[in-house]
Amino acid sequence: MIPAPFEYVRASSVEEALAALAEHGEDAKLIAGGHSLLPIMKLRLAVPSVLVDISGIRELSYVRVDGDGADAVVAIGALTRHHELETSDVARAEVGLLPHVAGRVGDPQVRHRGTLGGTVAHCDPASDLPTALLALGGDVVLAGPGGRRTVPVTEFFLGFFETAMDDGEMIVELRVPRLGDAGWGYEKFTRRENDWPIVAAAAVAGRDGGAARVALANMAGTVLRATATEQALAGGASIAEAAALAAEGTSPTSDMHADAEYRSHLARLLTRRALETATTPISVAA
Amino acid sequence: MSILGTRVVRTEDPLFLTRGAVYTDDLADPRLAGALHATIVRSTVAHGQVLSVDTSAALEAPGVVAVVTAADLTGLDPLPAGAPNVNQAMTRPWLAADTVRFVGDMVAVVLTEERYQGEDAAELVVVDIDPLPAVIGTEAAARDDVLLFPEAGTNVVAALGGPAPEDLFDGCEVVVTQRVVNQRVAPVPLETRAASAVWGEDGRVTVFCSNQGAQQAKGQIAGWLGLDPALVHLVTPDVGGGFGAKIGADPEFALVVWLAQHVGRAVRWSESRSENLLGMVHGRAQDQVVTVGGSRDGTITAYSLEIDQDSGAYPRFGPVLPGLTMLMAPGTYAFPRVHARARALATSTTSIGAYRGAGRPEATAAVERAVDLFAAEIGMDPADVRRKNLVPAFDTPFTTATGAVYDSGDYTAALDRVLAAAGYEQLRAEQAACRARGDVRQLGIGMACYVEITGANTGFGTVEEAELEVHADGTATVLTGTSPHGQGHATTWAMIASDQLGIPVEKITVLHGDTDRVPRGGGTMGSRSLQQGGAAVHQAAGELVALAKKRAAELLEANPEDLVVDLAAAGLAVRGTPGTGISFADLAAEEQLLVHTTFSAAAPTFPFGAHLVVVETDVESGKAQVVRIVTVDDAGTIVNPLLADGQRHGGIAQGVAQALLEEVLYDPDGNPQTSTLADYPFVSATELPDFELVEMATPTRMNPLGAKGIGEAGTIGSTPAVQNAVVDSVAHLGVRHIDMPATPMRVWRAVQQAQQEGN
Amino acid sequence: MHVTITVNGRQRTEDVEPRLLLAHFLRDVCGLTATNIGCDSTSCGACTVIVDGLTVKSCTVLAVQSEGAQVTTCEGLAAPDGTLHPVQEAFRTEHGLQCGFCTPGMVMASIGVLADNPDPTDREVREGLEGNLCRCTGYHNIVRAVRTAAQAGPSAGRVPQTQEVHS
Repeated sequence: MIPAPFEYVRASSVEEALAALAEHGEDAKLIAGGHSLLPIMKLRLAVPSVLVDISGIRELSYVRVDGDGADAVVAIGALTRHHELETSDVARAEVGLLPHVAGRVGDPQVRHRGTLGGTVAHCDPASDLPTALLALGGDVVLAGPGGRRTVPVTEFFLGFFETAMDDGEMIVELRVPRLGDAGWGYEKFTRRENDWPIVAAAAVAGRDGGAARVALANMAGTVLRATATEQALAGGASIAEAAALAAEGTSPTSDMHADAEYRSHLARLLTRRALETATTPISVAA
Repeated sequence: MSILGTRVVRTEDPLFLTRGAVYTDDLADPRLAGALHATIVRSTVAHGQVLSVDTSAALEAPGVVAVVTAADLTGLDPLPAGAPNVNQAMTRPWLAADTVRFVGDMVAVVLTEERYQGEDAAELVVVDIDPLPAVIGTEAAARDDVLLFPEAGTNVVAALGGPAPEDLFDGCEVVVTQRVVNQRVAPVPLETRAASAVWGEDGRVTVFCSNQGAQQAKGQIAGWLGLDPALVHLVTPDVGGGFGAKIGADPEFALVVWLAQHVGRAVRWSESRSENLLGMVHGRAQDQVVTVGGSRDGTITAYSLEIDQDSGAYPRFGPVLPGLTMLMAPGTYAFPRVHARARALATSTTSIGAYRGAGRPEATAAVERAVDLFAAEIGMDPADVRRKNLVPAFDTPFTTATGAVYDSGDYTAALDRVLAAAGYEQLRAEQAACRARGDVRQLGIGMACYVEITGANTGFGTVEEAELEVHADGTATVLTGTSPHGQGHATTWAMIASDQLGIPVEKITVLHGDTDRVPRGGGTMGSRSLQQGGAAVHQAAGELVALAKKRAAELLEANPEDLVVDLAAAGLAVRGTPGTGISFADLAAEEQLLVHTTFSAAAPTFPFGAHLVVVETDVESGKAQVVRIVTVDDAGTIVNPLLADGQRHGGIAQGVAQALLEEVLYDPDGNPQTSTLADYPFVSATELPDFELVEMATPTRMNPLGAKGIGEAGTIGSTPAVQNAVVDSVAHLGVRHIDMPATPMRVWRAVQQAQQEGN
Repeated sequence: MHVTITVNGRQRTEDVEPRLLLAHFLRDVCGLTATNIGCDSTSCGACTVIVDGLTVKSCTVLAVQSEGAQVTTCEGLAAPDGTLHPVQEAFRTEHGLQCGFCTPGMVMASIGVLADNPDPTDREVREGLEGNLCRCTGYHNIVRAVRTAAQAGPSAGRVPQTQEVHS
C-alpha cells in the first residue's frame, strides 16, 4: 500500500516550515519521523495534499537543562527522536521517566525515526510519551504565525487526536520540570512487547510536598490524568485506596483488545503498581 | 561415517543472505519487462447484492490500460465447489457479478502501467452493493436464516459421520463435556501471494507464482481456465513461507493468466499484507464439543468429538479439514469407544484452507483438553491420567477406533522423557509453593501427547519422483517434485544423494518447481517431503549406482557384483583392488549417467511426541507468559538435525501463537477486525522462550530412510500444551477451561467468574 | 523531484515521485530486492535497512526524506571477495533462516542490536528484534545467531565503510 500523491516541501528552519504551512493552509501536514503519519497515509486514512518535511531542522533536536536552581527545567527539542531521548544522559539524570518511556515506544526502528514533537502533536489516546508528559507536567512550546506561545501539557491534549495547537502552528519544544529525588513508575500493559498499550499508567511521586500525579493511556479519547486517584492521595489515602479510584472519570472504549470493564480493572491495577514503584526508594530500578 | 544424521548448514544460505532469495515479486525475468500491474478491487461489504460496478472514472486515471469486471469474463466457468460430498451449488465466481459473500470477494481488476497507479485507479472503481445480513460464526450459519447460496438451500457445505450411539457413555462413572473453540487464525507467510504470467508466441503461457507445488498449481490453473495443460509452463521461484496456505493455485493466479491473454501483455500481481489477510485462506476455525467419560481410577472408556467447521464463504479445504480431525480424534489414547462427526458451514468470511497441521492440531487440542478436564474432574494428576490411557508401545501397525493405522510409536516413553527433562516433580513442588504463598505470578504446567499423520494421501497418492544425473565435471543434479519454501531440500536432498555417491553436497544442485523440467510432483505439504521426495532421491541414488556398476563392469572388465562404491573417490572400485576404479564423473563422460525413478511409500507415517509447557500467569491482570517449552518430537530417523530442529522451533512458535495470541476477528456485520499486522497479533520474539528439545527417534518401516514428517509436529504438540498450562496456572482458583487465544482478558474473566461461582 | 541517496556506497541521483517509499526506491529503482516488504503497517521489519548508521523500516520512510543519506542494505554487507559479514555468517551457521523472507531485514536489525549492545543477553536480543517478525524459525536460532555473531567482536555491529562516492 502506498500513499495518495502529494506535494513535498522540505523545510530547513522553523520559519520555512511556518511559511509553508501558511501558504498551503489546512491541506498541508507536517512530517517529522513520519511513523504516525505515513502508516495512515498508506492506508489512505490521511490524504494531505502537501507534506512539509521538518525532519531536517536539526536545531530542534536537543535535551538540555534550561535555567538555574529551582526554576530550571529540562528543555527538549520537538524533533528529538525517541532513541535520542532514550539515551540522553541529561534526560536520564533529570527526568528519568521520560527516557524510560521513550525506550518503550514501538520497536528500535520506530524509535530511530519517531520524534517527541510528532507523538505529542499526533495525540493518540494510547500513546506512551504523552502519558508520561502528563504525569510529569510542564509546557508545550508552540511556534506560529503570531510568534511563540506556551501551553501547559495539562491543557494540551483535548480529545481524540485533538490538541490545543492551532492550524499553522508547530511544536518546537517541550519543557519538563526536573524530577529531583521524586520517584516514578510506568506500567504499560500489552499483549506483545511492542504493541500499543491496552492501558498504561504513569506515576510521579509528590515533589516538594505536593501530591503524586498519575496519567493514563487509552482510558478515554485522549490521554488523561487519574484525578480521583490524585485527589485521594492528596487527601492522605493509601496507594491501594487511591488506585481503586483510577477509572473514575474515564471513558474507556470496548474493542477487540479489551472491553471497558477490563480496561477499568487494568487502570486500577496499573495505577497501583506504578504508584508502588514511584514510592519505592530505589525507584529508578525500573 | 555417513553424512546422514549430521548438522549440515544449508547450501541455499549464502545467496539468501547476500543478494536475497528471489521471490515472485522480485523477478527481473526479461519476459516480464514492461508487464502491466494488476490491482484487485475487493468487496468492502461482507454479504450483499452487487447493483453496479462503475469503472468510468478509473478508466480515465493515469496509466490505466483496462478495468476488468465480471461482464468481461465471458466463457469462463465458475470455480467448482470441490469434492463430491460438497454441496455442488456453492461455486465461486471469478469476479462477483451478482452477490458478494465476504469482505475481500473479488469484484474488478485494474491493469496499469505502473505499480503505484493501480492503487490510485482502484480507488476510483465505484462498487454499489445492497447489503444483506452477514453470516458470522457457525451457530448463525447452522440456523440457515440467511443463506449464502440460496440455490443450495442450506449453509451446510458438507456433513461427515453419523450421530453418536446412544449408549456411548453408558457405564461411565464420570462424564465431562465442554464446548471448545479452535479459533480462526491467519497463516501469514511473510511473503504475500504473487503471480505473473506472460504468453509466448508459441501459444504457451509461462506462469510464475508463489506456491507449495508447481505441478498441482499448474493443473488447477489449466483446469479452471479450460487450457490444455501442455500449454502451461509454471515456475515456482523462491517462496517466502507457505504453511499450507500456498497449497495449489489461488483463483487470483489463474485470473492473472487470463488477464495476460486478454490484454496481450505480461501481467504481474502481488498483494499487500492487508489484501493478504482478506484474500489468502485462513486456518483452523472449528467449534467443537468434547465429551469424555470413564471411571474415577483414571480410565477413560468413551470419547466424543462433534465439530462445526467454519468453512468460509467458498468451500476450499474447509470440508476436508474436519475429516482429518475425525480420523485423528483419539490421538495417542486407547479409548475403547470413540465417536466423531462434523459438518462444514458456509459463512460470510474468508475461505478456510490448510494451515500447519491442518486438521490434526484441532484433533489434538480437543482430546488433550478433554483429558485435562477429565483429570481435573476426578482430581488426578494429568500425567497419570495420560499414562493410564495411552496406547502401549507398538512396532507393528495399530488400528485406532477411528480407523487410522499408526505405523509405530511409544507414547509413554515420549511422555516420560519430556517429564523427566522438564523436572516435572520439581515443577509441581514449585507450583504448590507459589499457590501456598498466594503469589501474584502463578505457575502453570501443561502437557500434551500427540500423534499425527504425515505423508497422507491427499489425492495425489503417496508417491514422489526424482531424477538424478551425474555430470562429467563431477557435479550432479537432482530434480524433485517436492517444493521447498524454507525446509532446505536443496541441502537435504543433496545429502541423501551424496551419502551413496560420495559427491560432495556443494557439488549437487537440486532443482524443483519448474513444470517443464519436473512434470510430475506432489509438492511440499502434509510433512510428506522427506519420507517421499527424500526417499525418491535415495532410491534414485541406489539406481544410479546400479547403472554405474553395469557400465563400469564393461569398461573395467569386472563382474558388477565385485564393484563397490568408493565414497572418497565418488566412484566405483573393484572390491579388494585399490586404485582400479572409475569415478561416476568419468562414467558420465562416456555416456549420460542419469536415472529417473518413482518412489511409492508403503503408507503414511505417524510421528508422535509429548510437550511440556510452563507458564507464569499474573493472576491480577490475567496475562500469561510462556517461560519454558520442553518437547519430544519423534519423527523417526533424522537426516539433518539442524534443519529438523528448525522445523520443530517454527512449529512450536506457531502453536504458542495460536494458544496465546492470534485470532482472526470479524464484527457482527462481517467486517474484518484484524486486517493489518498492527491488529493481527503475530507472535514476536519477546513472547517466546528458548525451546528445550529432547531427542527421541523411532524409525518407521514405511520408507527406506526410516523418516516420518517433522514439519507440523511442533505446532500440533505445543498448542494444547500451552493452553493446558494457562488453565493449570489458575486451576487452583476454580478455573477448568479457557478458550484460545488465552488473552489476558479471557484469563482474568475466567478467574473472576470462577471466584463468583465459588462464593 | 530529484533525490540523491548513497546506497551501499554508490551515490544515486534519481527523479522520483515524492510519495515513493524508500523500500520501493531500493527495490524498483535500484533493483536491490533483498529488502522485502511484508506488511503495510510498520509491523514486520522485513524492509529494515540501515540509514546513517541506524536501523529503519524503509516502508515508512519516503525516498525524498533520505536525501543525502547513506543507506546500507543486506546486499551491501559482504566483503567484495564474498566473505560474509559476521551476522550473515552466524545466521548461516546457526540456521537462523528458513524461507529467507524476513532474513535481510532480520540481519540488518541484528546488526543494529549489536551496534547498541555488543554483548547482549538472550532477552536483550529478543527485545532488540521486537520489530522484526519471522514465521519460520520461532526466533530460537535467530537469537542464537545474534549471540554467536557477538563473539566475533565489535565488527558484528558495524556496516562496511563504504563512504567513498562513486557516481
